Amino acid sequence: MTDIQFKVAKTVREAASLMAAAKGKGRILAGGTDLLVQMKAGMVTPGTIIDVKKIPEMVSITETKGSYRIGAATPAAVIGEHKKLRKAWPGVVEAINLIGSTQVQGRASAGGTLCNASPAADSVPALVAAGAIVTIQGPKTRRTVPVEKFNTGPGKTILKAGEIVVSLTLPARPKTSGDAYLRLIPRTEMDIAVVGVGVSLTMKGDTCVSARVGLGAVAPTVLLVEAAAKALTGSKLDAKALDAAANACSAACRPIDDKRGTIRYRTKIAGVLLRRATAIAADRAKGISRPAHSQQGH
Amino acid sequence: MAKIHVTTTINGAPTEFLCDPSQTLLDVLRDQLGLTGSKEGCGSGDCGACSVTVDGRLVCSCLVLAPETEGAKVETIEGMAKGDKLHPLQKKFVEMAALQCGICTPGFLIASRALLERNNNPTETEIRYWLAGNLCRCTGYDKIIHAVMQVAAEMRESAK
Amino acid sequence: MSNPKYKWIGTRPDRPDGADKVTGRARFAADFNLAGQLIGKVLRSPHAHARIKSIDTSKALALPGVKAVVTSKDFPEQADLTVPAGEMQVNLRDVTRNIMAREKVLYEGHAVAAVAATTEAIAKQALSLIKVDYQILPHVIDVAEAMKPGAPVLHDHLMTEGAKPPATKPSNIAKRIEFAKGDTKAGFAKAEVIIERSFTTQAVHQGYIEPHAALASASEDGQVQIWSTTQGHFQVRGFCARLLNLETSQIRVTPSEIGGGFGGTTVVYLEPLAVRLSQKSGKPVKMTMSREDVFRASGPAPGGNVHVKIGAMKDGRIVAGECTVEMQAGAFPGSPVGPACMCSFACYDIDNVFIVGFDVVSNRPKVAAYRAPGAPISSFAVESTIDMLCQQLNMDPIDLRLKNAATKGTKTAYGVTFGVIGMVETLQAAKDSPHYKTPVKPGFARGVAAGFWFNVGADSSAAAHVGEDGTVTVISGNPDIGGSRASLALMAAEELGVDYDKIRPVIADTASIGFNFVTGGSRVTFATGLAVVNSVRDLIRDLKGRAAKTWGVDPEGVIWENGMAKPAGSNVGTFEPLTIAQLAATAGKTGGPINGHAQLNVTGAGPGFGVHVCDLAVDADTGIVTVGRYTAAQDVGTAIHPSYVEGQLQGGAVQGIGWALNEEYIYNAQGRLANPGFLDYRIPVASDLPMIETVLVEVPNPTHPYGVRGVGEVPIIPPLATVANAVARATGLRMLDLPLSPPKLSAALDAPRPLMAAE
Ligand SMILES: Cc1cc2nc3c(=O)[nH]c(=O)nc-3n(C[C@H](O)[C@H](O)[C@H](O)COP(=O)(O)OP(=O)(O)OC[C@H]3O[C@@H](n4cnc5c(N)ncnc54)[C@H](O)[C@@H]3O)c2cc1C
Ligand code: FES
Ligand code: FES
Repeated sequence: MTDIQFKVAKTVREAASLMAAAKGKGRILAGGTDLLVQMKAGMVTPGTIIDVKKIPEMVSITETKGSYRIGAATPAAVIGEHKKLRKAWPGVVEAINLIGSTQVQGRASAGGTLCNASPAADSVPALVAAGAIVTIQGPKTRRTVPVEKFNTGPGKTILKAGEIVVSLTLPARPKTSGDAYLRLIPRTEMDIAVVGVGVSLTMKGDTCVSARVGLGAVAPTVLLVEAAAKALTGSKLDAKALDAAANACSAACRPIDDKRGTIRYRTKIAGVLLRRATAIAADRAKGISRPAHSQQGH
Repeated sequence: MAKIHVTTTINGAPTEFLCDPSQTLLDVLRDQLGLTGSKEGCGSGDCGACSVTVDGRLVCSCLVLAPETEGAKVETIEGMAKGDKLHPLQKKFVEMAALQCGICTPGFLIASRALLERNNNPTETEIRYWLAGNLCRCTGYDKIIHAVMQVAAEMRESAK
Repeated sequence: MSNPKYKWIGTRPDRPDGADKVTGRARFAADFNLAGQLIGKVLRSPHAHARIKSIDTSKALALPGVKAVVTSKDFPEQADLTVPAGEMQVNLRDVTRNIMAREKVLYEGHAVAAVAATTEAIAKQALSLIKVDYQILPHVIDVAEAMKPGAPVLHDHLMTEGAKPPATKPSNIAKRIEFAKGDTKAGFAKAEVIIERSFTTQAVHQGYIEPHAALASASEDGQVQIWSTTQGHFQVRGFCARLLNLETSQIRVTPSEIGGGFGGTTVVYLEPLAVRLSQKSGKPVKMTMSREDVFRASGPAPGGNVHVKIGAMKDGRIVAGECTVEMQAGAFPGSPVGPACMCSFACYDIDNVFIVGFDVVSNRPKVAAYRAPGAPISSFAVESTIDMLCQQLNMDPIDLRLKNAATKGTKTAYGVTFGVIGMVETLQAAKDSPHYKTPVKPGFARGVAAGFWFNVGADSSAAAHVGEDGTVTVISGNPDIGGSRASLALMAAEELGVDYDKIRPVIADTASIGFNFVTGGSRVTFATGLAVVNSVRDLIRDLKGRAAKTWGVDPEGVIWENGMAKPAGSNVGTFEPLTIAQLAATAGKTGGPINGHAQLNVTGAGPGFGVHVCDLAVDADTGIVTVGRYTAAQDVGTAIHPSYVEGQLQGGAVQGIGWALNEEYIYNAQGRLANPGFLDYRIPVASDLPMIETVLVEVPNPTHPYGVRGVGEVPIIPPLATVANAVARATGLRMLDLPLSPPKLSAALDAPRPLMAAE
């Protein structure tokens, strides 16, 4: 048996130095809903487990001038209970709130999802659509990076030795904006996304003036689909624009056949969900609220 | 392996235990503290049979490391009845046959209580989604959902 | 709904074990511990098919903390002998190989060695130190592939039993069976409509939430105690005795509370290993399976290929039916192909029927019973075909079934002639249900299907003991998996004429009550219920004798009424009635303790029929199915405790819905299970479902004093076709392969389909 250490970090810097000291065998513990499962399955054997949930900066949500900073280890349930954030970024919040069960929600964090770097991670496509910025702390310095640049492959991130994710920042945006996230799962809950689509729009009257689209579970990393955004931007979200955007999503797919879905299915669903998520995001931008609990959007 | 000394409060009682750094809360509850009411159906967060609350948050105790509970308040099924008085949910589950084999029952009760503490007027759909992480293979959920709805109604009635 | 004939039967009191189960006090298998116990772990095969060239356990044994290691060498060879295992049959030569691989590993997850160590961590480490030298062999997973000439053969000795002409060389087809009635050739010649299709279903797991667990303690004098989660502790005793060359009287098995089973815990996996490890180490040994082990190594229910041909007249009368069932047995012979064949057409009175079944081995875990073993598979095929007939003839699916329904006197293809049965009543009840009478909502479509199961009687023992204060303990020997304690207590209260809460039902270990067959086959409330009723009658006989003695009259002069002994008439004399409490108080003077007991082999289990109705919507873009409304109607004999009867219908229906929509064993190219967990083996979650409405149709079983029929198994049969039939009507697409998972359904919806309009 290897000796596992359990450490509780009090500050971001302390966490980063513990990581650095663990020489590649350190693991940050946020909600543990990936880490513990992987440890049990023997997939990872950390040398040092570093609990970061006692670091206020990493478990809190703050707002400055319409921009929100979400601590990387903030549990999904806490994010879901933040009324202002929910109002400002309904798509991001519902994406985070789709992760797992109520029990998993009590623990799982946006930072954990991001660092676990599953291509099928819920919330990442919504964060990509939202244009979230990741704040990273190393042993000495801090840096930021757009969320779509963070993952480099399944289980892989740009984090260097001793670096941890501190927070995610959602930019301020015009009032007439809306976002939405939809995923396809075979059941209504407790499944990993077969496809996930996040859409964020800003409208001016009936015209879409800017758009971002994030697409998950169809390639080794979550994709920012610029071609889809382009198709929507400047349009009235008419059939032609939606067709073009849906096709762009399908075209961006580089999926695999696996136990959760086929290439054909994933490619098709990417387009289907794009249309549905766009409709919801547009409604929200226009101030029309849409009910939860219809993740497939039907 | 060096053990960690943890001080917590479990069901209101100050409790200390020694655990391995990678031991789960569920293992400590069951194997060390003799609190076997929390069940292990999967060990991977998928079934909810191990549900407890930590500082009021509903979690799977199989996905919490025991050392994380330092200074925390843990509530398990063993603390749900007060003295010889069953919690209304416990009573209603028996009365309405919301259990067959009963292995999922502690988890459902803990999860349902967490729901009703937040919302005493949930819709059927809200209850179903809240409890989606609690698997029951025997009942088809029907009588469980009815029991929770009934207790919520009675809570609202007595709050009037 | 309480039954006007009875005081207690048909009421819904709290179950006797309720408080224990809502407080966490009830002890399930993994909740048992003994001082000084070791933890046992199993090393499992990573290969689907391989020859074991050698196993070296020396390094594991040398690890500090390891107290014993066992391999197949520690278990005696067994004779080629078939014995019952719940509702299925198993061969002891195979059982010993299934609990611990001998010459070969036959599926991924097959046990090859086990260790006992002072901690779980040490036991796990020890497993990694066991060196197994495998010669990997080609494997076969699919039944159709396994049946082909040239397929990798699992067992060199396996010659197809019942083959025509007799088999001359080994194959994977263990058995061919046949059932015939009338002349199907003539029937099809006469038919005005003939529909013929091939269907497939995948292996599914029972999905009980409690993983297998066992604690065993062997002492130096050869006595063994076992605590385990099982549907049949007498079967655990029997198997362990055989597999370990012990005498049954040396083994005492105490059943824990059991966290589901559904047929899957009628066989042994861990118990013999735990005993052997305990014998070798001299310490108690506790073993539990992980969820992954449960999926990989405990018996799922089989998948199967079913070919159906039905011929009918234009008025809907079915005149001929043929059915061929090829069924997965897993690594060893013994699939439930027999019941699958027998149940296929049993709902209907058809003159000409011909059914053939094949029992086929492949590199999968050995299948175990799962609620009405085999029946859902053949029923899915037959009920789908019948639905196509309804569509083609433009007939209401209940009306067409009414036209063909089996009734008293119908002779089945497997030879039995039905007595009083409730198929017609159940169809009618479904038709009259609030659900069926409500028009289908826009966007939804409705499916209907029926199902049949024999139900089982078999051996039961029971005893009734009067305490010093006159309260009664009723002792039986079947683990309670869904409220049977309550039903047994209700029948005892009714029989004895006392209040329900004056009866305490207890489930005894193997040393404390006579033999009981497993909790399975929907037999407990029926057969063990009968034993309880008879034990109470025996008790009443004793009580009457005591009253007679007290009064100095003949026992015949005493009657039992409302829980009291009374003189049979004025000619006997005038005596104040005596209550049980009074008789108990003076028992010492009238012959000592007052007890009753009964043991019987029960026959005459009344068969049950179910008819289900489902409204669902299909999202045409995604293939996602949403069940909007569901009703299960069933002929339940007499509902002793209606809540638990409803619960059986609801739980079974939901398992069937899961089977229809998402549950399946998925294998990769190496023959390894790709989804051994609840995240990807998708049993229904609460948010997937609506309420499950039930209609209890009470057609009492004439062979039981309270009219009980088994109710536990029928409800899993109809849902597969009910859902598929609704999908067919929602989409115009007849899905022949389960599950109807979104990718599959979506692909089918998007495929060109020129023939659809005709259906
Ligand atoms: C039952 C169940 C259901 C699930 N359902 C879903 C689902 O529906 N959708 C979905 O996307 N996922 C799902 N998941 C996966 C998991 O819950 C999510 O990925 C979750 O968001 C992970 O967050 P966490 O805080 O628990 O991560 P942790 O397990 O704490 O961490 C995950 C990984 O990231 C590292 N890490 C965490 N935080 C940081 C940081 N700040 N800096 C550097 N490294 C860090 C950890 O060391 C670890 O390697 C499910 C898991 C379970 C058990
Ligand atoms: S045991 Fe924790 S969720 Fe299943
Ligand atoms: S009652 Fe058995 S799993 Fe829920």
